[in-house]
This record gives sequence, structure tokens and C-alpha cells, in this order.
Amino acid sequence: MSKPLFLLLAAVGLAHAADAQGPQYRAQPGPFALTDCRIETVALGTMERGTVVIGADGRIAAVGPDAAVPAGAAVVPCNGGTVYPGLVDSGTRIGLQEIGSTQVTVDLNEVGEVHPQMRALTAVNPSSVHIPVTRVSGVTTALTYPRGGLMPGTAALVNLHGYTPDQMAAGFEGVVVEFPRSGRRGSFDRREQAAIDKAFKDALEKLDEAWNGAAVYARLDSARSASGADTPLPYQPEFAALVPVLRGEMLLLVEANAATDIVKAMEWIASARARSGGRLRAVLTGVAEGWRVADQIAAADLACLVGPVMALPTRASDRYTRAYENVALLAQAGVLVAIRSEESENVRNLPFHAGFAAAYGERLGFGPAEALAAVTLNPARIFGVADRRGSIEVGKEATLFIADGDPFEPRTQVTALFIDGLRVPLVSRQSELYEEYLDRSPGLERPIQTMQ
Amino acid sequence: MKPLFVLLAALAVPVLAQTPSSLPPASTRGDVLIRNATVHTVTRGTLESTDVLVRDGRIAEIGTGLRAPSGVTIVDATGQHLMPGIIDAHSHLALSSVNEATNPIVAEVQMRDSVDPADIGIYRALAGGVTTAHLMHGSANPVGGENETIKFRWGSLDPDGLLFEGAPRTLKFALGENPTRVHGQGRGIRPSTRMGIEQVYREAFTEARLYRQRQDAARAARQPLPPYDRRMETLADILAGDVLVHCHSYRADEILMLLDVFRDFGIERITFQHANEAFKVAPELAAFGAGASVFSDWWSYKFEVYYSTAFNASILTRNGVRTSLNSDDDGMIRTLYHEAAKTQRYGDLTDDEALALITINPAWQLGIDDRVGSIEVGKDADLALFTAHPLSVYTRVSMTFVDGIARFDAARDGDDQRLYVDPSEDVPNVRLHANGLQGDACLRDV
Repeated sequence: MSKPLFLLLAAVGLAHAADAQGPQYRAQPGPFALTDCRIETVALGTMERGTVVIGADGRIAAVGPDAAVPAGAAVVPCNGGTVYPGLVDSGTRIGLQEIGSTQVTVDLNEVGEVHPQMRALTAVNPSSVHIPVTRVSGVTTALTYPRGGLMPGTAALVNLHGYTPDQMAAGFEGVVVEFPRSGRRGSFDRREQAAIDKAFKDALEKLDEAWNGAAVYARLDSARSASGADTPLPYQPEFAALVPVLRGEMLLLVEANAATDIVKAMEWIASARARSGGRLRAVLTGVAEGWRVADQIAAADLACLVGPVMALPTRASDRYTRAYENVALLAQAGVLVAIRSEESENVRNLPFHAGFAAAYGERLGFGPAEALAAVTLNPARIFGVADRRGSIEVGKEATLFIADGDPFEPRTQVTALFIDGLRVPLVSRQSELYEEYLDRSPGLERPIQTMQ
Repeated sequence: MKPLFVLLAALAVPVLAQTPSSLPPASTRGDVLIRNATVHTVTRGTLESTDVLVRDGRIAEIGTGLRAPSGVTIVDATGQHLMPGIIDAHSHLALSSVNEATNPIVAEVQMRDSVDPADIGIYRALAGGVTTAHLMHGSANPVGGENETIKFRWGSLDPDGLLFEGAPRTLKFALGENPTRVHGQGRGIRPSTRMGIEQVYREAFTEARLYRQRQDAARAARQPLPPYDRRMETLADILAGDVLVHCHSYRADEILMLLDVFRDFGIERITFQHANEAFKVAPELAAFGAGASVFSDWWSYKFEVYYSTAFNASILTRNGVRTSLNSDDDGMIRTLYHEAAKTQRYGDLTDDEALALITINPAWQLGIDDRVGSIEVGKDADLALFTAHPLSVYTRVSMTFVDGIARFDAARDGDDQRLYVDPSEDVPNVRLHANGLQGDACLRDV
């Protein structure tokens, strides 16, 4: 056995200490005791040395320097490594898109423009090869959403483990709005200004038509409930899907990127909120040019799901740093930010998007700690699940990982990962290919042929 | 006080910010002393607290306590990291067109005819420490056009000023889905399969060999030469070893196919581009002496990259294949140092092995390793200075030198660094992010 292969197997073995021989393919239930750990709680600062106990119920049972190892708990030594809350990507296509250019494997965009009743959870493929590949970076949870049209459907927060979409569901769904673009789509867009303006106006009318129709539907529904009538409302799935949004029970996720579009989207949100009796709750997503209108976003008190960070500036005249700084400039203005990769197969790069935001944001007061919050506790707060996730605290779901260093640094390895208290193996097709091909010999020595 | 302050501020901005007019012409060679840096030579280890003296655009001396001759600028690099300028072996940056997709063989076209020296992407790539790029023809055809190796001599509006003088000629080949889609599916002609692609090469090389034989025979017999055919000339130059082939490829089987073709026609040098499945045939590539220029982790954007692994570069390196990491993308070219760092997560490469993937190895693949790719006395002073270790996610580029000239200086960065503003362009033209590779960057203009 070659030395690198042996070292790799030794490392894999360490990661699976106390488990059975050979690689594990199924997740293992607790209880677990993670000992000799540095603990990055996010909510309560950093604990230099302590134990995290994960109960059989999948929740964090104890955290602290004196936490006792319960009888029967499998001990997972951190060996000085750090425990972090699982990283959350606030905008992806994971599970909905397998092979980008092969349309039959892409379930992002249904025919039509307004169909909020389409649910990402219906089409998320729990067996997507992208999912195990993503976990090795400490990303445990992702918002995945349909795209295209005006209201392409309902996004879902999913844990990156489970055999059914229900097992993956992580307690949040939100209705997506692709706010119409009011400008040119790029240098290839040769439309006259009048045509651009008309397209924007038409799209906005369609959006309002759906929203106003749903508002009427919601009033009818309320009246029907109040009257005690048991006759159902007419079948209007588009409107029915918007009722919880109108009542403020579900979040509206409004995608806008160009500065003028962000401003127009905020105007629309304000007007739509008025039409919902003040109950609409919304966040902005994408927000590529958010830094240009950061104060306005802060004044409107809208949280932002921002990214990708590792992107080009939107205009040729912009400073080269703008896409990297965007998150920090928004946070500096007082906006609650979460980071998204806008990826599918490479959601694993979320920690690097966060790292770049910190590298270029540090001078603006947005360093590694702020970036870590933007991929853990901030999204949990925005999605309304901070009582259950986003930090290492007793009672929260044990969705967390152990890393041998800063998870934003490429050289760092994640050594163990837990989702809802289950220890999930860190093997993927990509690591299996490594083990198979690193040292192919003794293998099939291919005869050198000459064909003439 | 206030008017005075405003006046001073107005005066200060143009002095501080780098402007196109403040950049020297492309032919200028610089002198500079970079003091007290951690120097990653790549080929000769890492030197702490070391000075690098540049004279007339070349590295003149590496050591400690070096003195700056009079008139030589001193850069205090205390606490910073100096590495060779990064080389991207696969880019379509600064090209006004990429694919001549009208024929399966277009060896007669050249990318040097479409170089755009005013592309703001050059400045942004310099801000990521990149000094040299291999501007490639696209992947629409089994035999594409000639590529161009350029230096990022930002500030010049003369395309020829950017050409890497003396760099070997290189040419693009392409296997797999792109050529079969463009020609077989799109135009109903061969190739529509990987079988067809092989025969395109065998026919072309056979014809080129006959073309050269007829020329040689005519010369020997002092007869008039047969009609000049630029396409055949270039193919014959490949057979003669005068043009290096860089082949877009993904699957292991198609890589083996081309190695067989090259063996049969006696062609010795080739670099496989992308090569997501090169790891499967690493021993064969090593035995042939072929190079591989791969992505750190891009995959799954099309079927032929579904069975990929981010460990590709590490497996190839450990099997003795000269490997580089490329961007093929105007965005990623700015963070190639970070792409190199990922090989430490995926395969635990050493710092020098990781840095070689974006410096000396791509230089070797382009045939310019005698000039660039490492910090050695006598080599071109193409250098990148980083605020922290170049493989850390928290690092930033502070200065990038080409031929000893600081073509990027973070301290002098300002709003709007464009060299040329197209007056016909509508303002603002907001270009939004497209998610990863939607299909292929190499298929522009098809």
C-alpha cells in the first residue's frame, strides 16, 4: 500500500473512530460525547475547551468544560479540533438540478410565470450525488429554490441528509418572487427603451394581479372560516399558496440584483404589504448591487440573502472588490445578512464565499466571526428557526461538525459531521474515486497498441 | 478651511488613483527592490525575510540585505508573501471572438487577431495575481485555431504589446460533447460520435503528412511548390513538433484515443485541458509525458463531467503528471491561488505542489518555463505580492508586477479603471452573475 493511500485510510479511520470496521455508509444515531473540543457556539462566544453531548433525541444535551459523558454515549474525540454549528447556504439549487446542461435532470422552472404552489420539497432528490459531496465542507443545510418566471414556487430549507424529502425538511418554506428586471439584461439585450419599459410594466401588472387576487381569496377564506361554512373555496392553487404569505405566516423571498430593481422591489414590497393589511414579511435575495442602496435597504428593515460573493462586479466601471465587499457593506449599513452560493454541485464552496466576504470585509468591520454568523445564526433567525438551530446551545438540534481548523480555510478538514444528532459519514463519490484511483497499481497495465 | 479641504481632496484623488495615462507602455521594463518578503520561489523552496532585486524587467538578485541602486523603487514587503506571477493555461479573457465554428478543422485561424487589450478583465485578473494567460480558441471543433499566450501589460492599447514574445505556438483541439453537438447534431456532418472524432484527426494528419511530402518532393526536384494551404501548413507544423497541442477533453477513453493517435503520428507533446477524468488514466498520461490542465472542483455542468472528483489534480500530481489548474472563466481567473489551495483540502498537496499548479507547471505546458513560473535569478520579474499566505482564504493581492512594472497596485486602485469606454454602450449595463458554467465557456460564438 502506498504511503499517501495508507495515510488517507488512517485519516478516514480516525474520523470513524469507535465505529465498525470499514467505511460507514449509513448515519449512526447517538448519544455521542464530543470531547476535548474547542467550541464555537456563535451565540455565546468561543469555549476554549469543553465537551458537547448529543442526546439520543438528536438534540444538544450539554455543552461546557464540565459536561459529563453520559453512560452509553459513543465518545468522539475532537483532539483539539473545533465544533461549529452546521453551515447554512441561504440560496442554492441543490437537489433540484443534477446536470446543468441536461434539461431532463433539472427541475427548477415549471412552465408559466405565476405558480407559487410548486414546492421545491416535491422535487428535491434526496439521492442527488451533490449532497454527500457538499457535506465534506461542513455545509449541513441549504435553502433550495425554484427559479424563473415571476413566482416560480416555494423554496425549502433542507438538511443535507435523509431518505425522503420530509426527512430533509428543516422547518422553513418561503414563496419565491423573481422581481422583474427594469433594465437591460446585458450587452446582448438590444431592445428599445420603450420595449424594456413595457416589458417591466406588464410583468409588474401580472405580479400585482396574482397578489391582489390572492388578497381577495384570503379575505374570502377568512370570511368562510368565520361563518363556519364548510363549503370549500373554488380551487385556485396559485392564490391558496399565497394566503399564508398574505397573513404573515410565511416569508416572501424577493430576488432583485440591479440597484434600480432593488429599489423598485422595495417599493413593491411596501405596497404589497399595505395590501396585506400590514402583515407581509419579506426578505431580499441575490442583492448583487445591494451596496449601492444599502442605507435604503436598512431603512426598509429588510434582511438579505446575499450572493454569490465570489462573483464579478456587475459593471465594468466598478472596483474589482465590489462583489467581495457587498455583504460587508450591507452589514455595515445595518442590514441582517446571510450568505448564499447560488450553486448546486458546488454548494461545498459556501465556506469560501464566507471567507472572501471576511477577507475583503474585515476593514469594514465584517471579519471571520461576522461571516460565520452569516452562514449559521443569521439565516436561522431570518428563516425563523433560531430557537432550534444556528448555534451550539443546549436544547438545539445537534446539526454541527468538528473541523481541525478554521472551516473557511481550504486546508482545513471536517473530521465528523452530525445532522439532527445523526453522525453522517463523510464519504462521497468524489472521495471514493480518490481512494480507487490514487494508486491504480497493481491494476490493469494497459498494453500500448499501435493502430494503423 | 472647507474650500481648501475640497480643493486638496480634488487634487489628491487623481494623484493617488492609478489611471491609464499613468501606466507605462507595454515595452517598458522595470526596476524595483522588494524587501523583506516571504518568498515562495516554487522551485527552490520558501525563503523567509528575503529581498528580490529586479533590474530591467528581470530578477537580478535574491538575498538578504540587498541595496537598491540609485533610482530603483523600494517596496517594503514586510509581513507579505511574494510568489511568481500566476499563469492561467486556459482563458478566453480579452478576446473579441472565440470560436470559428464553421468547420471541424480550422487550424488556419489565430486568436491573436481578436485580442482586446482594453478588457477590464485584465485589470481584475492582475488584482488576483495573474500575469500571463493562454488565450484559447473555443471547443466547437476537433481542430480549433491557434491560441495566443499573452502577458497582462495593462495600460497598452496595442494588442501586439501584450503578446508573450518568443512563446511557442499552441493550438486548440477538442473532444467529446462539444464538437459532436456543434457538427454532428448541429450541422449533420461528421463528427457526431467520439468514433468520428478519432477519424477526423487521422484523416487530417494523413493529409497534412502528404501535403508536406509533396512540398518536400517539389523542393528536392526544384519544381514549383503545390498551392499554399494555411490549414495544412499548421497541421504539418504540429506533426513537426513546432506547435504544441492543448486539447479540450473530459473522458478517460477519449484521452487514451488521442494519445494513440499522437503515438501513431509521432507527435510528442500534448496537454489535456479540463480533463475531468484524467485521474483515471494518470499512469498512461505520465508514461506519455502528457500534461493535464484541470479545474479544481468544477463538475456536473454537463454529462461528461458527472463522474468527476475534486481530487483530480492531487491524483495526477501524485502519479507524476505535470498538472496545472486553469480558470476558463473571467471570474475564476481572479482567484486561481484559492483554486490551488483547494488541493490541500482535496488530496493534501504541499504548499509548493499547490503553488506549482498555477505557476511553473502551466509555464511548462505553454513552453515558457525558461522565462516565467518561478522566482529565480534571470527569469522575468512577473511577481505577485500577497498580504498573507497565498493559499489562505483571507489573503489579498497587494501588488502585481509584469516585467518589473507594477501593473496592479491595490493602494492605487480607484473607481473606474477602464482604459477605454465604448461610447455606444448604454449606461448602466448591469451584468449579473450566471451560475457557474452553464454548458461551456468554450462554446462562445457558436
